[in-house]
Amino acid sequence: MAIPLIYNFRSVKSRWASAIVAVVGIGGTVGVFVAMLSLARGFKATLVSSGSPDNAIIMRAGATSEMTGGVTIDTLKVIQDEPGIARSADGPLVTAEVVLVAPIPLISTGTDANVEVRGVSKNVLEIRKNIKIAEGRMFTPGLAEIVVGKNATASYAGLTLGNTISLGSVRWKIVGIFDAGGSAFDSDVWGDAHLIGPAFNRPDIYFQSITAHLTSPAAFQQLKDAATTDPRLNVDVTREIDYYSKQSSRLTTLITVLGGLVAAVMAIGAVFGALNTMYSAVAERGREIATMRALGFGGPSVVFSFVVEALFIAFVGGLVGCVAVLPLNGLTTGAMNLQTFSHVAFAFRISPELLVKGIVFALSMGLVGGFLPALRAARMPVATALREL
Amino acid sequence: MKFSRLIFANLFRKKIRLLLTIGSFAIALFLFTFLAVVRSAFSRGTDLAGADRLVVINRVGLINTMPLAYGDKIRQIHGVKFVTHNNWFGGVYQDEKNFFPQFVIDPENQRQVMTEMRVPDDQWKNFASDRQGAIAGRNLAKRFHWKVGDRIPLQNALYGPTKTWEFNLDGIYTNDKEGGDESQFWLQWNYFYENVPTVIKGQAGWWVLKLDSPDDAVRVGRTIDSNFANSSYETKTETESAFQASFAKQLGNIQLLITTIGSVVFFTLLLVTGNTMAISIRERTGELAVLKAIGFSGRFVLFFVLAESLVIALIGGLIGLGLAILAIPVVGANLNGLLPPLLLSATALGMGVVLAVFVGVASGLLPGIGAMRLRVVDALRRV
Repeated sequence: MAIPLIYNFRSVKSRWASAIVAVVGIGGTVGVFVAMLSLARGFKATLVSSGSPDNAIIMRAGATSEMTGGVTIDTLKVIQDEPGIARSADGPLVTAEVVLVAPIPLISTGTDANVEVRGVSKNVLEIRKNIKIAEGRMFTPGLAEIVVGKNATASYAGLTLGNTISLGSVRWKIVGIFDAGGSAFDSDVWGDAHLIGPAFNRPDIYFQSITAHLTSPAAFQQLKDAATTDPRLNVDVTREIDYYSKQSSRLTTLITVLGGLVAAVMAIGAVFGALNTMYSAVAERGREIATMRALGFGGPSVVFSFVVEALFIAFVGGLVGCVAVLPLNGLTTGAMNLQTFSHVAFAFRISPELLVKGIVFALSMGLVGGFLPALRAARMPVATALREL
Repeated sequence: MKFSRLIFANLFRKKIRLLLTIGSFAIALFLFTFLAVVRSAFSRGTDLAGADRLVVINRVGLINTMPLAYGDKIRQIHGVKFVTHNNWFGGVYQDEKNFFPQFVIDPENQRQVMTEMRVPDDQWKNFASDRQGAIAGRNLAKRFHWKVGDRIPLQNALYGPTKTWEFNLDGIYTNDKEGGDESQFWLQWNYFYENVPTVIKGQAGWWVLKLDSPDDAVRVGRTIDSNFANSSYETKTETESAFQASFAKQLGNIQLLITTIGSVVFFTLLLVTGNTMAISIRERTGELAVLKAIGFSGRFVLFFVLAESLVIALIGGLIGLGLAILAIPVVGANLNGLLPPLLLSATALGMGVVLAVFVGVASGLLPGIGAMRLRVVDALRRV
């Protein structure tokens, strides 16, 4: 026979002071757990959304990131005619890009951060279709004009529409702000590749990477096969989305490992707190339990009842933790991408699935913290407990 | 102390509760110390930077190089003692995940500038005369189980078509400063120079200089930058600590994140112990009233409660710190490469002890004051 659940709710209510300890302990743990995971996910999502499945990025064979890549104009000319690449009226949809970092002060700290400066081809918006000019206009090829991402304009000093800024040896006019949908490009500064390179003492015939728009996502293999077997080329072809998800791996691993470690140790502490609360709940209610046993409730139903109580407390703790960190969702923060050394703005990303994970984490702490005290409650000898004062 | 027996008898009244409270205390203190250590690991580069060292980089950005000939001009500036030129190598050892910083160094001057990074003289001599020679930091060597004499291949795509560069590990450097960087890989300037394309020859990534006196840093920095102003390669000269700090800041607000987590841990801890103390005092209201009734003063009762929570706090705290002392080197070794080396400093331990005492007093204070103010008659009347 089951003990009515209302009994547990009322007990928790009348002993709220001691239940709060378990709630806060579990809530704090769940909060840290969810916050750290959402940070790692936000960073990963930002980088992954930079890539698109129907784009391919071409770099020198063996290059691990655009920073270490390098392709010459000869390679570009060969690549343009490879199969699988989409074309528009103006020619192949290919952007050969110069990628650099330049120090620009952060508004928040006033200290310099490495901003990714990307020299692109004029048809780049046809290749990266999810990027739109939000304000102003696109730069004019051949002029010292740049467009900046919406996070760049918000994070760095002087990157406002209409302003002029020195990058490399050239003064650039900011003519537009683009919205890259929360991807890493939102932290970029873009200009004409043929001007950006020379402004940083790079020869005009040398690029870091080539990004090609494919006729369809399936055409990737065709391009890859053609480019890697072409004797004139020595390149790696990667789907853009794969390239960016790999880019995020170092910082994501760091946050996940560190966050996981802290959450795991905190969980032990929270279980201790829950055990304490449940043990004192059992101890204080010795007579109640004995009365119930005397009335005919069996041992298993007492165990069940106390485990349910612990789960209830844990559930409330989990909810508190989730609600407490929910305001972080969408909050933009910045970090250095450890693979390119450039500064990337990204947002905490708390998904419903992550919240469910938080609650499950809380419930498992409750289960561990509630089981032993529940067992003790069921084992209490009825006669002695009733006699107790 | 004559009351110690009484205090201990009360402590052991509920053994499970005592164990759990001490346990949660230990965990919280362990976490707190761990976070403090991680936090300091991130800022250590800045803290340990030499005050008498300047770093000269290209104004346009860190990854742009400058003519090697600048080195001689810098050396002539009054107040500059030694100058060494470095370059970023950017190779990959076996897998991209095995990242570590690789610097092309100037064997003639590196040791004079980076005085705290020590290489035994015989190893250095081998390195200097070995074109393919390399020196690795002690931590780095440990991470990949390298020994002096090993041959180390690094893949590099930075300078022309990808190729494998082979190195002989001639020496291992150690850092005199506690917790200083021991994860770098140094290779010979000449070997590098011979194998890069012509456009990069004659260029250096940055210079590190040692000054006669740290007080001269501002003047020397300005002189260097104004000497090269309006050239096609303008420079930016910073103290080493400013240079490191700008890197650390870009890593993001890790400090704030860690402080926030630390506060959550601390707050939870205060609540757990505070509540436990409150419960155990509430249970004993009658006994405390008896103590007062037989003549012990209110202040004594307060002291009695405080002593009990302090003992719990200290035992829990010491176990936590002990755990930290045992676990941090293990965790640090497993995270080698992912994090800067973790170093448990005396300050962190000291802070832990202070924290334990503080929480002990704070959590005992409220129930203790309650007990002090207890009216004997009321308490005895209560069942």
